Amino acid sequence: MDKEGIRGIVDEIAALASGSDRMNLMEVCGTHTVSLFRTGAKSLLPETVRLVSGPGCPVCVTSQAYIDLAGELALRPDTTVCTYGDMVRVPGRRGSLEALRAEGAKVAVVYSARDALAYARRNPERHAVFLAVGFETTTPATAATVLEAENEGLKNFYILGGHKRIIPAMHTLLSAGEVPIDGFLCPGHVSVVIGAGAYEPIASHYRKPCVVAGFELEGMLRAILLLVRQAVRYEARVENTYGAAVTVEGNRAARELTERVFEPSDAVWRAMGRIPESGLDLRPAYRRYDAMDRFGLSFGSEVTPHGCLCGEVIQGKALPTECALFRKKCTPREPVGPCMVSMEGTCAAWYKYGPARAEGGGNR
Amino acid sequence: MSGAGRIVMAHGGGGEATRLLLEERIVSKLGNPILDPLTDGAVLHPPDGPICFTTDSYVVRPLEFPGGDIGRLAVCGTVNDLAVMGARPLALSLGLILEEGLPFDLLDRIVDGVAAAAEEAGVPIVTGDTKVIERRGDDGMLINTAGVGTLREDARLGAARVEPGDALLISGRIAEHGLAVLSVRENLAFDTDIRSDAAPLYGLVDRLLGSGADVRFLRDPTRSGLAGVLADLAEETGFALEVEEEAIPITAAVLHTADLLGLDPLTIANEGKVVAVVAGADAPRALEALRSHPLGRRAAVIGRVTESEPPLVELLTRGGGRRLVQRPYGEDLPRIC
Amino acid sequence: MCLAVPGRILAVREGAESAIGRIATIDFQGSRVEASLAMTPDAAEGDWVLVHAGFALTVLDEEEALETYASLRIALGDDPAPEEPANDTREP
Repeated sequence: MDKEGIRGIVDEIAALASGSDRMNLMEVCGTHTVSLFRTGAKSLLPETVRLVSGPGCPVCVTSQAYIDLAGELALRPDTTVCTYGDMVRVPGRRGSLEALRAEGAKVAVVYSARDALAYARRNPERHAVFLAVGFETTTPATAATVLEAENEGLKNFYILGGHKRIIPAMHTLLSAGEVPIDGFLCPGHVSVVIGAGAYEPIASHYRKPCVVAGFELEGMLRAILLLVRQAVRYEARVENTYGAAVTVEGNRAARELTERVFEPSDAVWRAMGRIPESGLDLRPAYRRYDAMDRFGLSFGSEVTPHGCLCGEVIQGKALPTECALFRKKCTPREPVGPCMVSMEGTCAAWYKYGPARAEGGGNR
Repeated sequence: MSGAGRIVMAHGGGGEATRLLLEERIVSKLGNPILDPLTDGAVLHPPDGPICFTTDSYVVRPLEFPGGDIGRLAVCGTVNDLAVMGARPLALSLGLILEEGLPFDLLDRIVDGVAAAAEEAGVPIVTGDTKVIERRGDDGMLINTAGVGTLREDARLGAARVEPGDALLISGRIAEHGLAVLSVRENLAFDTDIRSDAAPLYGLVDRLLGSGADVRFLRDPTRSGLAGVLADLAEETGFALEVEEEAIPITAAVLHTADLLGLDPLTIANEGKVVAVVAGADAPRALEALRSHPLGRRAAVIGRVTESEPPLVELLTRGGGRRLVQRPYGEDLPRIC
Repeated sequence: MCLAVPGRILAVREGAESAIGRIATIDFQGSRVEASLAMTPDAAEGDWVLVHAGFALTVLDEEEALETYASLRIALGDDPAPEEPANDTREP
């Protein structure tokens, strides 16, 4: 779509939103946060439409106690922690994995859980612990990899479970009722797995418009247009602008992989605390791949760095610019909180692509 | 001379083993009248005028990657530092730090890489040093090269000369070197058509400076990519930059591979590109000069210097939006989010 | 939250059946990555798939994929880089 076409959608959004008070739309997914900045979408939107970031950045919602355990494992002389690049710079109490690597911790950055398995295969004398983080899109990959380890009879591969489920977090956010949200821009790739239908309860129970979008400029703007249109008409339906990849029912094969290996469990989210059924534990049949069990670990206490508003930011309660540490004590170079670490963390995106003005709206 | 065998500590002892290693595997490939006597230093006779002197160390892992190796890189990187200073490279030094256990055939390939790149650049290696260190676990080697060049009289380069209205050019497609190296990293390896763009740029810079265009600033966008150079430029000049995303030359393979790994092509390293700021009116002439050289065939005007406040780098996105460009803050890691 | 990129299946390693399904080589306009088809058991050679962290998430409808992904449109026809360099090689 050319610039004129994009301009047309933006004008339509502006016209629809012009008659109402400011609208707050939540982009649930961290990749949307980054894409909205990177494509310039944020700069195109009228001031009447404000986007607030939600709890959909796996790094940002991973508890500090989890990072501390990962560090503890990486410092064991016979253990290598295999991780997606995202987790390497997240600060724990003893420092990030990157900092611990400088102290001799073994950390291998992998692109896929399958690469972690390959590492275990190549290094039979070492324990390989995979940091299993991510939402519904990433969980089936971990599940399939555990099944593969089982199939091969690998004895030196484990996971440190940190997978999360997004729908329970949305429920928690909405039932707390502290954030005025007029609609949800729903994550594209999570929806590939869980299906657009998964948001029906959110739309009907809380009367919130939900629109699934991919990560291209056009798709995101179309989704925002649909959200605004629903909001001004007081409608609350689930719509989908990402038909190329997302169906109503999602990917059953992927969900079956997850269900075979994992069972829902309560999980601690950074700053949001314990959310029922929002995490996943290995089922008893696969418990021997659990690094916590194998190495006799338990989560330590959760300490929030003084003054850090990451918890409020991931719930849409605060903008990064409202945090006293933002750009001062907390920068990508020396992040205090996880939202500044993750490439898709809200604070990192604001820091990097920063809105031209102190608000998340446009600068037209 | 066989390629079997490995470097051992004795090769660094300064005795017979060292002499043999140098003669058989290094000097024989790099030889020239200044280097051949193997004296403690090289005597150069530069023409009158100021000398430009630079040094750089090379630690890339793995040592070989699609389109190049650490040896080629060590020559190109230092030659290009001279070139963007507006200096004609005159001579290089080559400091090799070899880890015991380094296979001879790998060493041979890398010294060949040095020799080929030096010939391509038309710059002799006139002095050098070889040391051996204990094995640290991988087949390692580190290289330091220093270079001297003579400053061209027609080169009046510096951030202080940049003015609003100037045009911003790049000599070709971005992000190829960084992705080529990533493609052979341990635990990450993937198969790709992308090749490192490592190349000596003096010929290209010579063409540009000789075109008569008023060239104000040159820099090679290496470690932090195009984003790093643009951020430096805005900071050093105190002026804002406006860059057209659509105008930045990039291949489909790079676009998609960067996407796949969650990296921003703007922050990925190049080793054979130059970013130039020229007087606005001279942009067509400068572009023509760059495109007339084989290494500049895909050169493009990508933006301009403006008076906007604050002096930041703004990218005009494909869809007509705007966003800031900042330098990356560390090593970019492949990510899933 | 989850980066995923469209690519095309070049080859499926049949006979490499395992707990995690077949393994395929997927082309991303010039880079090739191995990915598991565990979540897309019906995917076949020539299909467009969406790949995330070494796994194909779903098979994409080709027409919709080409419409949806601006990067594919650029890659498959509308090259943003100048294809034809200036042929002027006069020495300045």
